[in-house]
Amino acid sequence: MTEPATPAPAPELRRAPPRRRQRHVLAGDFPPTRRRSIATAALLSGAAIALAVLFARERLYIWHWEVVPVSLPLLLRATWLTLQLSFLSVVLGIALGLVAGLARLSAEPVLRGAAVVYVELVRGTPLLVQIFIIYFFVAHQLQLSRFTAGVLALAFFAGAYVAEIFRAGIESIDPGQAEAARSLGMSHAQAMIYVILPQGLRRSIPPLAGQFMSLIKDSSLLSVIAIEELTQTGTMVVSRGLRSLEIWFTVAVLYLAITLSLALLARYLERRLGHA
Amino acid sequence: MPETRENDEIARSMPAGARRKAVGEALVAVRNVRKSFGAVEVLRDVSLDVWRGEVVVLVGRSGSGKSTLLRCLNHLETFDSGAVVIDGIALGERRVDVDRIRREVGMVFQSFNLFAHLTVLDNIALAPRIVRREPRAAAEKRARELLARVGIGEKESSYPRQLSGGQQQRVAIARALAMQPAVMLFDEPTSALDPEMIGEVLDVMRNLAESGMTMIVVTHEMGFAREVSDFVCFLDGGRIVESGTPRQVFDAPRDERTAAFLGQVLGGRAR
Repeated sequence: MTEPATPAPAPELRRAPPRRRQRHVLAGDFPPTRRRSIATAALLSGAAIALAVLFARERLYIWHWEVVPVSLPLLLRATWLTLQLSFLSVVLGIALGLVAGLARLSAEPVLRGAAVVYVELVRGTPLLVQIFIIYFFVAHQLQLSRFTAGVLALAFFAGAYVAEIFRAGIESIDPGQAEAARSLGMSHAQAMIYVILPQGLRRSIPPLAGQFMSLIKDSSLLSVIAIEELTQTGTMVVSRGLRSLEIWFTVAVLYLAITLSLALLARYLERRLGHA
Repeated sequence: MPETRENDEIARSMPAGARRKAVGEALVAVRNVRKSFGAVEVLRDVSLDVWRGEVVVLVGRSGSGKSTLLRCLNHLETFDSGAVVIDGIALGERRVDVDRIRREVGMVFQSFNLFAHLTVLDNIALAPRIVRREPRAAAEKRARELLARVGIGEKESSYPRQLSGGQQQRVAIARALAMQPAVMLFDEPTSALDPEMIGEVLDVMRNLAESGMTMIVVTHEMGFAREVSDFVCFLDGGRIVESGTPRQVFDAPRDERTAAFLGQVLGGRAR
């Protein structure tokens, strides 16, 4: 106890000291976003170095990184396929999600009902099961290629989540915006297109980026229908008797390259459309 | 215009039924409008005429139905029975082109409701471009003229959140005027403003009234009502319990509810 047992000091003496913004020790004076990425990078590389040192000292594992360049062409080709799969299903997923999200908000009960059924069906079942159903049933009936089936499965899955993200974004816009638009004589559709959607979609960018980062990772599940994307190719390379840890680390880095670029793109887009 | 005002003076001295015959069609005619939210009756048999060039002020306690009445005039709120006719277009009929009415009626909201993602200029030019299909250059030219008229010509490329409340409300007035409405509705336009910004918005409204715009204003600014309005309606419990010229209503209220309300609002000092 350092405080003497005196009566409470006068109010003006008890004023709290002015708040000082905390600074990250490592990151110094950088702006918040920059600070965060520096902290993340520091943390990641620290963990990697610690792991490597541990493995080397205990001789738990003898690294043979020279196998990586040998299989890199194969892995890069698979990365390109993963990129294609992801890109197409993101685009299709956005379209599907926009339609389903607007249907969910529509005054028409049939449309609304259909959107609810779609969203709940997709969110309530595992993606793996959906992939099997689309590949073995839908794609088989319609004579679709493996690749098409894969894109459809991912897009169908993503669309449901995107619909909910768009709905939340649109519903978060103050009703006064729509009232102002309507009071100027805009139709419901015009108010939606020119006033509500631009603001709602911008607000949806951060959750969308997260959703699509998961989608890119989920594309690894397409290995079960033997699409030679990154994970499937990784399995193949490892099973050919090459070193497994080196390959899986490489595969992880390749996924990271895609997802982190997407995160950066999202951040750029958000800043560019930053006036909502 | 002065001739119309004179006619209106004559008209107002006549019983409600005779007025319309005396001066022809009112620009805004409200007849026996009723409206309930669930079990709560917010408008009980409200009738009101507004002639071209008039400024009509609706006053009353919160919950008296004045804002609801205003919102019924451009169909932001529907009513249960009765009729509203604006510039010859009837609102309470089964199938009316609501968008057509809304183009004739400008609305200014308490919370401004500027489009947050658009610049000031685009806020004003958007509706003329997409609703009236005006070319961009023409719409923007008029938007600039309107901005100059409300005294913030230099702010055209700012975004709403960069403006003060008073500036935002002046942009909102310009935005409504850009559609060249026949009548302007103001729903407590100064209630969300800091006291030092109320004056600049009232000045714009005063100029608008002097230019001959037909205006229906819900406000608690009794000084403005007394000075600018031609006709004052006091609402209580969903009814217009007293109406007349500002002098009649403010200086010699006949209804005790009006007197009590004015006594509270003005607090004894004549603003």
